Amino acid sequence: MSADVLFELKNVDKKFVRGKETITIFEDLNMTLDRGDFIAIMGPSGSGKTTLLNMLGGVDRPSAGKVTFAGEAISSLSESDLAKWRADHVGFIFQFYNLMPMLSAGHNVELPLLLKKMSKAERHKHVAAALKLVHLDERASHKPKELSGGQQQRVAIARAIVTDPDLLLCDEPTGDLDRATATKILEMLQMLNQEFNKTIIMVTHDPEAAKFAKRQLHLDKGQFVDKEI
Amino acid sequence: MGDLFLVYKNITRNMLRFSLNTFAIVVAFLLLGILGSINHAFNAGIELSADDRLVTVNKVNFTQPLPLGYVNKIKSVEGVKDVTHANWFGAYVKDSNHFFAGMAVDPESYLRVYDDYIAVDEEPKKAWFANRQGAIVGEALAKVYGWEVGDRIPISSNIFSKADNSHVWDMVIEGIFSGKEANADTNWLLFHYKYFIETQTFGNDWIGWVTLTTQDPSLNEQVAREIDKKFENSFHETETSTEKQFNKSFLEQIGNIGFIITSVVGAAFFTILLIVGNTMVLAIRERTREIAVLKTLGFSSSRIFKLVLSESMVVAAFGGMLGIMLSYVFVGGMRNAPGIRNMLPNLYVDSSIIIQSLIYIVILGVVTGFVPAFRAMQLNILDALSKR
Ligand SMILES: Nc1ncnc2c1ncn2[C@@H]1O[C@H](COP(=O)(O)OP(=O)(O)OP(=O)(O)O)[C@@H](O)[C@H]1O
Ligand SMILES: [Mg+2]
Repeated sequence: MSADVLFELKNVDKKFVRGKETITIFEDLNMTLDRGDFIAIMGPSGSGKTTLLNMLGGVDRPSAGKVTFAGEAISSLSESDLAKWRADHVGFIFQFYNLMPMLSAGHNVELPLLLKKMSKAERHKHVAAALKLVHLDERASHKPKELSGGQQQRVAIARAIVTDPDLLLCDEPTGDLDRATATKILEMLQMLNQEFNKTIIMVTHDPEAAKFAKRQLHLDKGQFVDKEI
Repeated sequence: MGDLFLVYKNITRNMLRFSLNTFAIVVAFLLLGILGSINHAFNAGIELSADDRLVTVNKVNFTQPLPLGYVNKIKSVEGVKDVTHANWFGAYVKDSNHFFAGMAVDPESYLRVYDDYIAVDEEPKKAWFANRQGAIVGEALAKVYGWEVGDRIPISSNIFSKADNSHVWDMVIEGIFSGKEANADTNWLLFHYKYFIETQTFGNDWIGWVTLTTQDPSLNEQVAREIDKKFENSFHETETSTEKQFNKSFLEQIGNIGFIITSVVGAAFFTILLIVGNTMVLAIRERTREIAVLKTLGFSSSRIFKLVLSESMVVAAFGGMLGIMLSYVFVGGMRNAPGIRNMLPNLYVDSSIIIQSLIYIVILGVVTGFVPAFRAMQLNILDALSKR
């Protein structure tokens, strides 16, 4: 096993029980992911992309098997340890931004820092740096509804990177944006991957978007159809 | 930004909802403050009345008269130490809105029996005894009307009239008395029974009630029984009880005030529990997605629970404190109304009501916040985020 393996999925099963019915999404899924990678996960609707992302991000657990992150079996962490693990290691970027409407952009970005032991001054420094990175330093006091979709997604990116996590998980980050705006967001992700060595896993339907990643993986019926994974 | 800032932002995001909630809470605590103070004031009067003074009234109703002769008959009952009597006068000045407690009494015996209550200097006391038209007034009442010793005041009665059909008795203020205990009521006037009985047209030699002291409080029950037995089967049967009991039953004539107040305040609080509890549940339900996002970012379930509970605690505390402050203003205003001051001299927002309010604030906050906080804590990230 090489030293820079970040994620490892071993014999992962994922089933959903809905009433009497049991839906199997994944059966014996195996994969490894290296630190510093930028992967686009593609596949038809219902193929389990979001479910996979949720398991990697520690908001969902496999029904069987093991998910390890940097050698740590996150699939067996307790609920509260998992919350802490997320706060320490993962930045989430959603399709619909999911910003707090009553908070300014700056306060939205500050939110994850409330989980850190950090002075007010330190927090403000980090927020300012994150906003600068997404070119929104002049919009810090604006509420989400005063910002365009692309700007909101940039605030969400700033929120995701403000704690300097190893990993960014993006579920259709450009799904709600026009091509030009999407390109800007994707370039930003690329920059974060290349210059800051963030490991990025991005789910997308859009082949154009997937081109920004280093690798593309295709999910179908609960399995990767690519030759090497 | 800290957690409290988040709480504040969440509370104030819908100002209309916040205002309505606050209004409902303020009204409930205002009611609690005002009605609680009124109840307290009534009870304070009862607490102050002595346990070792007995009152003998007409058995039919305490407003019915008794013969003057009863005074000496009661004096002869074994165990009785001292006896005095009084007539309710229905006093007012200027117009009937300016009424106050005025009583026609036998000065010497009255001051003896109320020695532990009324404090008046020797000199004015003697002057009052000597002047048939003289009166003494409590310092609170004197202050209201600016009366001073030597003033000649026309005092009207809303019950009695004189032979010339007028309702006005001229009286001279001979002394101003104070209460011997700290919050004793001094909103009343005492004048000569003789002056009253000889000028009014209702009949001769009758009195309102008899007040007596016994040689020892342990004799009270026996003495009371003895007195009432003495007048059994006469034209004027009596009922004797301690002054405390008498005051209590007097209040019960108005109605069970404690019960009425508890019912009103209870209904008000039940209503705000429903209103505030319901809006809190709705508010949190609307924020399902946001709470799921907070959880995804790494906010622990217990932290979410605290955040949501804090919201209802802050709303309850804000409205509650505002209500308490307003009740101070209202009760203060009521106290300055002469009619109320006479009836409820001890009307003020007592510390016991503040403590009660603070306890209610906590209960209100917990009860209205617990369900939404618990739901938010239990919220499943996946379910919440997949809903759009
Ligand atoms: N909580 C759940 N309970 C039951 N079934 C679920 C649940 N979450 C997902 N599924 C099912 O699992 C399958 C995979 O869902 P998932 O959301 O991972 O697909 P996806 O690849 O992200 O699709 P899309 O491209 O539409 O987002 C679907 O059939 C879905 O109905
Ligand atoms: Mg999906």
